[in-house]
Amino acid sequence: MIDENTVRHVARLARLRLGSDEEKVMQQELSGILEHIDAIRAMDLDGVPPTTHVIAVENVLRPDVPRPSLPREEALREADDVVDESFGVPRMD
Amino acid sequence: MALRDLTAAEQVAALAAGETTSLELVDAHIAAIEADDVEAFLAMDADGARARAREIDALPERPPLAGVPIAIKDALSTRDIVTTSGSRMLEGFRPVYTATCVQRLEDAGAIVVGKTNMDEFAMGSSTENSAYKNTLNPWDHQRVPGGSSGGSAASVAQRQVPWSLGSDTGGSIRQPAALCGIVGMKPTYGAISRYGLIAFASSLDQVGPFARTVEDAALLLRHMVGRDPMDSTSLDWPEPITLPTATDLAGLRVGVVEELMGEGVEPGVRAAVDASLKAIEDLGATVVPVSLPSALSGLATYYVLAPAECSSNLARFDGIRYGHPVEADNLLDQYELTRGQLFGPEVKRRIMLGTFALASGYYDQYYGRAQRVRTLIVREFAQAFEDVDLLASPTSPTVAFPLGDRTADPYAMYLADVCTIPVSLAGLPAISIPCGLSDGLPVGLQLAGPAFSENRLFDAAHALEKALAFDTRPPGLAT
Repeated sequence: MIDENTVRHVARLARLRLGSDEEKVMQQELSGILEHIDAIRAMDLDGVPPTTHVIAVENVLRPDVPRPSLPREEALREADDVVDESFGVPRMD
Repeated sequence: MALRDLTAAEQVAALAAGETTSLELVDAHIAAIEADDVEAFLAMDADGARARAREIDALPERPPLAGVPIAIKDALSTRDIVTTSGSRMLEGFRPVYTATCVQRLEDAGAIVVGKTNMDEFAMGSSTENSAYKNTLNPWDHQRVPGGSSGGSAASVAQRQVPWSLGSDTGGSIRQPAALCGIVGMKPTYGAISRYGLIAFASSLDQVGPFARTVEDAALLLRHMVGRDPMDSTSLDWPEPITLPTATDLAGLRVGVVEELMGEGVEPGVRAAVDASLKAIEDLGATVVPVSLPSALSGLATYYVLAPAECSSNLARFDGIRYGHPVEADNLLDQYELTRGQLFGPEVKRRIMLGTFALASGYYDQYYGRAQRVRTLIVREFAQAFEDVDLLASPTSPTVAFPLGDRTADPYAMYLADVCTIPVSLAGLPAISIPCGLSDGLPVGLQLAGPAFSENRLFDAAHALEKALAFDTRPPGLAT
């Protein structure tokens, strides 16, 4: 069971603004899902390493050669607010 | 026979023989989409498709897939064609580049007719999490098509296109293929470039084909596999994908995963799967029980790992570089309000779950342990493949469920992928083929193999498909 404060803390970490009703529903639903997930906390995993990659590939590198990148006007094309050929954002407090 | 009834391979042949033109094919399929009542598409590119068809019809030499229409899941970026991944967060978004896999198909001559509906950011098993609309199951319009690639599956079952692309993270190709009575294939992790696939869980996401025959699925996969400099997890493919020709299964050893045949599997699904296992034996294969002791822990493992990865991948959506932010006076408020208002409930749930599993104080108990359970699952598959060539199970424990049936209970929805998730966690290839009906609704059989066993999988599925002779035409579809 996770409490309301944890829900608020996690929502803040995730940059999600939840309404107070939404917080309550989220608390119930996450607690319900975590009850099922808790099964893996009881498993014996001594000496079992974590998976990092399922298909072994090593040191994938590209040639260190400059290539053309996305043109500025294309990169900005979908932005809601373009200021001086840049992405516009509100001030940071 | 109507043009829309032709398989993709038949369309290729008809075009080569001069019996039809690409424009006729595109027109016939667009007409089928426009007459649609299953709501499979989010966006159409009818004009673009017709223009491409005219170009291809004028070519003196045809590329291999020249002129055959295809539908693309809206999770794949298509230059200048609106791509939303089923989310309000990307409403009206026009990508500036095309996904590598789509580009390869276009280079081979395939014609993109439109983008298909899906659960928002591919999170869901019924397509009901789309921010835009529900897609209906062509076999019963009161039921879901499965998900998350529900639109791609429904469009192929409804014969609006001969084939389509989906993406599969925990079962999002195989499960809707099963529920719509068609073929769906998830290749080995790394087979197909993920460049241009809007990311959900990067260690699991794979693109793959939907089709009405195994041969078509192989034909489509053939043109997509191989290394792409834009995706460092894409692989040099060891051998060409060949079109399947097997007519029997002599010498093949097939393991039946005991853990995935028990509780929760509907009797009608069990009966159809048992009948197809009998058909596998009749074709000359040996069928033996196999145990994957950690398989049922796959679901819990997946619901830690996939949300954890999505919480990171979806951090990029803030309405600033694309999409439309909710206005606010300062940046933090803008981030939180935009994300809080434009993500749907399931996406928020998963971001929360994943952020929780990665948070300080919980990481070792959840994410760390899940990655270790994943190792157990990988090892158990490897062990099983020392004794058998392929593994069989139901694709979905149930047939298509009624719309709205599971939307109130997130975990009930998650259970739809219990049979497909273990394969995803191990990064292995698997195919779902329709193997029978239960109360008039299609049942899917999942066959999984070791990494890079695609050709063997296609061959086995092809031989079984011929033996089962399943009719992929939904009963209500006009002839």
